[in-house]
Amino acid sequence: MDFASNLFSAGTLSQILVGLSRTTILFIVSSGMSLILGVLRIPNVAHGSLYMIGAFAAWSVIQFLGGGLFAFLAAMIVAPMIVAAVGFVLERGFFSYLYEREHLMLLLLTFSFALILGDLVKIVWGPEYRSVTVPAFFQGSAEIFGLPLPWYNLFLLLVGPCIAVFLWLVINRTNLGKIARAAAVDGEMVGAVGINTGWVFAFTFVLGSFLAGLGGALIAPMVNISLGMDHSLIMETFLIVIIGGLGNMWGALLGSLIFGLTQSLGILVWPQFGIAFPYLAVVAVLVVRPRGLLSSTW
Amino acid sequence: MRRSAAPFLLLLLPVALLALPQVLPRFHTYVAAIVLLTALLATSLNLAIGYTGLYQFGHAVFYGVGAYGTALSLTRSGMPAPVAFLVGPLAAAALSLAMGVICIRLSKLYFGMLQISLGSLVWAVVYRWYSFTGGDDGIHGIPLPDAIASPKGSYYCTLIVTGLCVFAMYRIVRSPFGKVIQGIRDNPVRAEAIGVDVKMHQLASLVIAGFFGGVAGSLFVVVESSVFPDMMFWTFSLEVLIMCLLGGMYTFFGPLVGASVIVLLRVFASVHTRYWGLILGTILTLVIIFLPDGVLGVFVRRSRPREVPGA
Repeated sequence: MDFASNLFSAGTLSQILVGLSRTTILFIVSSGMSLILGVLRIPNVAHGSLYMIGAFAAWSVIQFLGGGLFAFLAAMIVAPMIVAAVGFVLERGFFSYLYEREHLMLLLLTFSFALILGDLVKIVWGPEYRSVTVPAFFQGSAEIFGLPLPWYNLFLLLVGPCIAVFLWLVINRTNLGKIARAAAVDGEMVGAVGINTGWVFAFTFVLGSFLAGLGGALIAPMVNISLGMDHSLIMETFLIVIIGGLGNMWGALLGSLIFGLTQSLGILVWPQFGIAFPYLAVVAVLVVRPRGLLSSTW
Repeated sequence: MRRSAAPFLLLLLPVALLALPQVLPRFHTYVAAIVLLTALLATSLNLAIGYTGLYQFGHAVFYGVGAYGTALSLTRSGMPAPVAFLVGPLAAAALSLAMGVICIRLSKLYFGMLQISLGSLVWAVVYRWYSFTGGDDGIHGIPLPDAIASPKGSYYCTLIVTGLCVFAMYRIVRSPFGKVIQGIRDNPVRAEAIGVDVKMHQLASLVIAGFFGGVAGSLFVVVESSVFPDMMFWTFSLEVLIMCLLGGMYTFFGPLVGASVIVLLRVFASVHTRYWGLILGTILTLVIIFLPDGVLGVFVRRSRPREVPGA
């Protein structure tokens, strides 16, 4: 059996580890989307564009600072902050006036922002591919069970849990997080007890945008940064959020794991159509649990 | 509802449409045909979204499958052409049924998000399956019967089929079935309570919408004699949705108007600028903020159905 020998070969484990490190990025981006969806009820199609801006901004920051480890780490912080600023403008400038509209209108509004941001990126950075080299510190590979795993992937594997813990702390251990959770369940009631929900919503949107930008900055050394990188990602994020349960952050983690693992294993089994496996997994999950694996806030 | 000008316009329009290829140059005839089939596509989407209240976010997939179904049966099998032109829409209807069965259990936005992502799987398969679908190149130079191969022939074919399909959809919307789906849109809980099988009606509406979307796809093959995967990409699905919104989602003829506006704008914008997204995005933002009922909706002034909480 050709498939079986592929599946059980020595490369499988390192393939899984590489897959897991990409899962980290899916998780970071989709947890941002999940936050925005859960609290603001906006299925943010522009989330992919924010991710793309994160990647381009990271490239620019690294160019500006001239490369090296310091420039790289600075880019990982500055680029998401630029994206967060864009998110702030979008939320305060547009969404904050339109929350009472139907979801459909909000979705189309985010789509129009995706179109506009896509063209603005084309204007600012041009249509060419950009690439970021992994700083020397992260070059080379670690040996895990006798198999090579690039240091940068290992770094991503460590970043993922850190972000998850950070988000858990923000959502569960800060006042702002508690209010945001309450607003997710019943925004009107939160307003009625005298809390200015507008700023909670703004904070949530900015945090979500920051996460999208961080995902984009982190993936920058692993892919060609190009126009259109937003389009493929956004559908994956949608699926992850759906299987996890809308607006549930742990659901986003679980969804990313399912998505990332079925994808990397699927590509091993059937290179041409490996992309179909995560979708099959999603359909299987939804047949059993139509509202996602974990409880959703809606 | 005011209908004073309607009969007059309805008489004038077919005459104008029939005369078009006689007076317009070749390229404009082609654009007119694209406008017509896109109008059919938008109207079919409106059946699901405006009349049934289902968030059909992946409608371009049925358009694409209709086109690919027809294109593949014309190029890869010895089927007679009339059968080939039925294969596309039927394939779209079948896919619509299959996706509907998976998605229908989810409500509103959840439904839409799942549908658009499953649609992107169909796109990905078409995009990668080089040996069968031609991958990202698509299929070109599809052999067409002589009668519809010329620009004028393809225009008239598009005009007649679009006219028949729009009329059929108009009858469907006015039929008892149409009333029931509108009732489901306005209040699914109450519809269920008076004994309507909500899920079956929603599925039926999805299949009908998918079928007519597939017809629009087949017409695309007639006009363009080629197909490519981007016609079913999710961004195009949302563009069709914009056409419905722009024209007015709760009017029957709104999507026709919206589709004409967007297609014509796109053709003329592409001559002058590379930044179509910027233009469309700006228009859409303005429409959403200032004209949520769409262009026709403003004139028709029919009250929008209320959102039912928790539905």
